[in-house]
Amino acid sequence: MGRYVIRRLLQMIPVFFGATLLIFLMVHVMGDPVAGLCGDRRCDPATAARLKREFGLDKPVWQQYATYMGNVFTGDFGTAFNGQKVTELMASAFPVTIRLTLVAVAFEIVIGITLGVLTGLRRGRPVDTTVLLLTLVVISVPTFVTGLLLQLLLGVEWNVIKPSVSPRATVDELLVPGLVLASVSLAYVTRLTRTSIAENRRADYVRTAVAKGLPRRRVITRHLLRNSLIPVVTFIGTDVGALMGGAIVTERIFNIHGVGYQLYQGILRQSTQTVVGFVTVLVLVFLAANLVVDLLYAVLDPRIRYA
Amino acid sequence: MRGATHAKWAAGAVAVAVAAAGCGGGSGGGDGSGVVRSSWGDPQNPLEPANTNEVQGGKVLDMIFRGLKRYDPKTGEAKDMLAESIESKDSRNFTVKIKDGWTFGNGEAVTAKSFVDAWNYGAHLRNNQKNAYFFAYIEGYDKVHPEKGDATAETLSGLKVVDGRTFTVRLTQKFSTWPETLGYPAFAPLPKAFFDDRAGWLAKPVGNGPYAVRSYRKGSTMELRKWDGYKGEDKARNGGVDLNVYTDNNTAYTDLMAGNLDLVDDVPAAQLKNVRSDLGDRYINTPAGIIQTLAFPFYDRAWTKPGAEKVRRGLAMAIDREQITETIFRKTRTPAKDWTSPVLGEDGGYSDSVCGDACRYDPEQARKLVREGGGIPGGTLKISYNADTGSHKEWVDAVCNSINRALGNDRSCTGNPIGTFADFRSRASRQKLDGAWRAGWQMDYPLIQNFLEPNYFTDAPSNDGKYSDERFDKLVNEANAETDTVKAVGKFQDAEKILAEDMPAIPLWYQNGSAGYSDRVSDVALNQFSVPVYEQIKVD
Amino acid sequence: MPDPHEQDGAVAGTGAGGAMDLAADEAAAVTAGGPTGGPDGATAPARSLWSDAWHDLRRNPVFLVSALIILFLVVISLWPSAIATGDPHDCDLARAQDGSSPGHPFGIDGQGCDVYTRTVYGARASVTVGVCATLGVGLLGSVLGGLAGFFGGAWDAILSRVTDVFFAIPVVLGGLVLLSVVTSDTVWPVIGFMVLLGWPQISRIARGSVITAKQHDYVQAARALGASPTRMLLRHIAPNAVAPVIVVATIALGTYIALEATLSYLGVGLKPPTVSWGIDLSAASPYIRNAPHMLLWPAGALAVTVLAFIMLGDAVRDALDPKLR
Repeated sequence: MGRYVIRRLLQMIPVFFGATLLIFLMVHVMGDPVAGLCGDRRCDPATAARLKREFGLDKPVWQQYATYMGNVFTGDFGTAFNGQKVTELMASAFPVTIRLTLVAVAFEIVIGITLGVLTGLRRGRPVDTTVLLLTLVVISVPTFVTGLLLQLLLGVEWNVIKPSVSPRATVDELLVPGLVLASVSLAYVTRLTRTSIAENRRADYVRTAVAKGLPRRRVITRHLLRNSLIPVVTFIGTDVGALMGGAIVTERIFNIHGVGYQLYQGILRQSTQTVVGFVTVLVLVFLAANLVVDLLYAVLDPRIRYA
Repeated sequence: MRGATHAKWAAGAVAVAVAAAGCGGGSGGGDGSGVVRSSWGDPQNPLEPANTNEVQGGKVLDMIFRGLKRYDPKTGEAKDMLAESIESKDSRNFTVKIKDGWTFGNGEAVTAKSFVDAWNYGAHLRNNQKNAYFFAYIEGYDKVHPEKGDATAETLSGLKVVDGRTFTVRLTQKFSTWPETLGYPAFAPLPKAFFDDRAGWLAKPVGNGPYAVRSYRKGSTMELRKWDGYKGEDKARNGGVDLNVYTDNNTAYTDLMAGNLDLVDDVPAAQLKNVRSDLGDRYINTPAGIIQTLAFPFYDRAWTKPGAEKVRRGLAMAIDREQITETIFRKTRTPAKDWTSPVLGEDGGYSDSVCGDACRYDPEQARKLVREGGGIPGGTLKISYNADTGSHKEWVDAVCNSINRALGNDRSCTGNPIGTFADFRSRASRQKLDGAWRAGWQMDYPLIQNFLEPNYFTDAPSNDGKYSDERFDKLVNEANAETDTVKAVGKFQDAEKILAEDMPAIPLWYQNGSAGYSDRVSDVALNQFSVPVYEQIKVD
Repeated sequence: MPDPHEQDGAVAGTGAGGAMDLAADEAAAVTAGGPTGGPDGATAPARSLWSDAWHDLRRNPVFLVSALIILFLVVISLWPSAIATGDPHDCDLARAQDGSSPGHPFGIDGQGCDVYTRTVYGARASVTVGVCATLGVGLLGSVLGGLAGFFGGAWDAILSRVTDVFFAIPVVLGGLVLLSVVTSDTVWPVIGFMVLLGWPQISRIARGSVITAKQHDYVQAARALGASPTRMLLRHIAPNAVAPVIVVATIALGTYIALEATLSYLGVGLKPPTVSWGIDLSAASPYIRNAPHMLLWPAGALAVTVLAFIMLGDAVRDALDPKLR
C-alpha cells in the first residue's frame, strides 16, 4: 500500500509536466494577447513590443516554457496583465473555491446518495418518478436559469439570503451557490446510486445478510450501500476537479471571486501566467482526488487490494 | 408594505429590503456622511492615470484626481479645474498657470512639477503606459517614445517648468483645441510619493481629488472616503463610496433590488424591460460619447472597387436601427445619424443630417443599391465581433436578420463570432478580417476631432479598415491648424461629409449610459463618459 | 458471499492462480471472492447474455415507449418541415418576445423568430450532437477505461495518467483553441471536441466498474476454467460493468446538448444559420423573468429527449442484469 502510494506520487511528475506543457502551448496558440490590452485601438508598436518583452512573449515558445517552469519552482508564478501577482490571485481565489467545492460535494453525498438509495429501493414508485422528473429539470434547464431563479426567490422575494456572496465567502453564504453548482452532478450521483442499489439488492450477500436476520438498516448501510458506492465515488472523484475549475456560471451569478472566474478571465485575456498557474494547481487536485478514489476502492471493496 | 399582488413582488421586496438594509452602508442620514455602495468592475490595468483606458479604472481616477481641466458632467464643456490660465498666442506654445494652495492627500503641494513629472512618466516608453499617445502632440515625444528601438531622451523637450505654479508646453504642430483635451485623466498630476514607491502607491493610490482611498482589496472592493482637505468647488456631498467588484452586472442589479447596493451603473439589457417596475423612476438613461459602427476592409479590393460604396450604402439602409434600438437595447442606444456623438452638441460638431437617407431604414432602396453596386462581395456579409465581452451576439444577429429581410435572402448576412477580444483586436489591427466588423469608439475628450481623426485619417491608430482619402486628410489637417474653434468644427464637418459619400463605416447607434439606484440615494447622474458623478450623490 | 470483511486475501490468492498476476501490479491486485461462487455467468444458458437481453427488451413497455420517442425525434430531425411549415430564419424583430398567438403556438423569441418552428428545426443539430457525442464518448471511454481496469499494471498507469492530463484542460480553453481554427459550419467539429474532452469521464467510470466486476465469483470461475481475456471481458465483465456507464452516458447526452450552447456562447460552437436547442436555450436564459416561454419549449424538448434516453438506458440495463430476471 505504501509502495503503491509512492509509485502513484511519482507518476504525478510526468503528468504535471505534460499538463503544464499542453496548457502552455494551448494558450500560446491562441495568439497575441497584447492586442487586447489597448481597447478598441491599435497598441502603439513600441509599447506593444515592450509589453511583449516584459512578459517574455518575444522569445521562442520552448524558452518561454523553460523560463516559466524555472520560475514556478522558485515559487514565482508570474504576473497577470493587471499587474497582480498570480500567487496573489491564487491566494484569494482558491480558499473560496475550495469551500464552495466542499459544500457542493457535501450536497452530492448527502442528498445524492440519500435520493439514490430511496429510489433504488423503490423503483417505479412515485418517489422514483418524482426524482426522475427533478433530474430532467436539472439537466434541461441551464444552471444560469436555476441559479438566477433561486437568487431572485431567496435573495429578493423572500429575503432569506443575500443575492451575492461577500468577499469573505463564508460557508453559510455558499450554501445556495453550492447547491446550484452541485445540481447537475446531483442528477448523476442519484442515478448512479439508484442503479447500483437496484442491481446489488438482489446480490447473494444481501440475501444472505437478510436471511441472517440482520436489521434492514444495517443491511442497507453496511452491505448494500457500501458495495454500491464504487461508481459513485469514482464519479465524485472526477467531479471535484470539474467543480473547482468549472464553476464559471455559478461564480458569476453569485459574484464569487473564485478559481472559475480567474481562470476564465485568464483564458479570455490569454494570460499564460494566470492560466498555467491555476491549471497547475488544479492538476495536482485531480491527481490527489484520483489517488484518494483508487484507495477508497480498497476500503469499499476489500477484495480490491494494492500491492 | 409587502407587494400585495404577486406580479409586483420585485418592487415590493426592494422597498422592504432597502428599509431593512438601510444601515448597511454606514451611518446614513441626510448629513452628508452616508456612504454610497456602488457596483464596480475589476480595472484591467494598474491604476496609473496614463495607463487606464477603460471605464472601471476611470471611475476611480475621476474620484481621486483633478487635472487642469474637468469636463462639466452636464454639458461636457472643458472647464478650468486646477488651471488658473492656459494661454497661447500661436496655438502651438502654451503657458499653463496652476491655482495656488492645492495639495495631494498626503500633504504634498500640487505644483507645476507634479504635472510635468506625471506627463513625462506617462509619455516614456519604459513605463509601458497604454495612453502614452496622449502626449504625442508634445514636442520631443518621438525621442522618449520612438516607434522602434529605445528612447533617446528621458523627458519631453516640449515641457518646461517655469516656476512653482507655471510651466510651458510646446506642441509639434498647431492644435488650437489642445487645452480642451486636458480634462482626460491621463493628464492628471502625480505626487512625489508615486515616483518614490510605485508599488506602494498602486496598492493605495493617493491623489488630489474629492475622495481618498481608505482601503483597496484588489479584485473585490475599494473604499473611498470624502477627503476634507479637498480644495475644489466640487466637494463630495456624501461620506464616501464603496466600490464592490461584480463579475456580472446582472448580479449587481439583483443586489440593487435586494437592497444591498445603491448604484448600478450598467443595467443589463435583459433587465431593462423590468426596470420601471423594479426601480420606478430611479433609473437614468443619458447619452454618452460612444458610437458604434460597422467597419469595412479597405485593404480588400472587393470593397474598394467602383460600386462598393453603393453596396455599403445599401447595407446601411437595410438596417432597421429604430427597431433594434427599441427591442434589443430598450432605448439605451439611439439610432446614429452621423459619425460623432450628440454629446458634442451642435456647436461641437454633431449633426443629425450628415448621414441623411443612408442611415434611414429603406429596404427597397437598399435592395436596389446593393444590386446596382454588384451585390455583396462573396455573396454573404460576415460581421465579425468578439464573443467574450459586451454581448454583441444579440445585436449582430438582429442586424443580420434585418439585412436578410430587407434583401430578401436568408444568406445575405451572418454573424462571425471570434472567441476573445484579444484575438479579435489582433486580427482587426493586422487586417486579417474579411467582411465587416463591429467597431466602437468611446471618446477620450468631447471634440469632433477625437471621433474623426483616430478612426478615418490615413494610417491612424484605430483605422483598422485602412480607409484613406486625401480630401479627408487635408480637411482634418486644416481643421487642426485652425485657431478659430467655430471654423475648425466647420472644417471637420466638411471632412465628415466625405465619410457620408464613401461610407467607410456604417453608423449604427449612439450608446447611452444607464444606471439604476436605490431609494437611499438621490442626485445620481452620469457624465458623458458614462461614469457616475459620485461627488454629487446625496445619501438620505 | 459472506461479509466482505471476513475475507482473507491470502486464501483467495491461492485460489485465483496465475491469471491474477496480470492485475497484481498496478491498480488492483485482485483476490478472488471465496468459494461460494454464484451460478450466474459461467453457467449461462445456450443463448448469450446479449441475445437474452434483446429478447427481454422487445417485451418491455418502457423500452417501447422510449424507442417511439426516439424514432419521432429522428423523423423530425430528418424532415422538420413535416410538422413545422414556417421558416426558422423568418424573424421580425417587431414581434420579439411576444407570447402565444394564432400561428405561433409557442410564442416568439428575442429575435422575433417563431419558437415552435425553431424548436422543431433545432432537433436536427441538437439530437445529432447529443447522440453522436454520447456514442463517441461512450465507446472510446468504455473501451479505454475497460482495458485499463481489466489489465491493470502499466496499461492502467498510462491510460489513467493520460486521462488526468485531459481532465486538466479547461473546456473554455479547449474550445477556444481547438474550435476557433475550424471554419466548417457543420456539427462534426463540435462533436469531435466533446468526444475528445468527454471520454476521460466515462473512462474513469468504466475502469472503476470493471475493477469491481472482475472479482465477482463467476468471473473468477470463468478465469479458473481458462476463459480467454476477450471472452471474459465481453461475456462476463462487460454486461456487469456496463450499468454505471449507461447511467452516466444517458445523463451526459443531455449535458452535451447543453454544452453545445456554452460553446456557441463562447463563439466557437455551432454557427448560424444552424438552429439548435442549445443556442436558443442560452439566448433565452437572460430573459427568464420576462419571457419564460422562450426557454420553456427548447428546454422541454431537451427534457423529453433526455427522458427517452434515460428510459432506454434503464431498460437496456435491466435486460442485461440476469439477477432481475
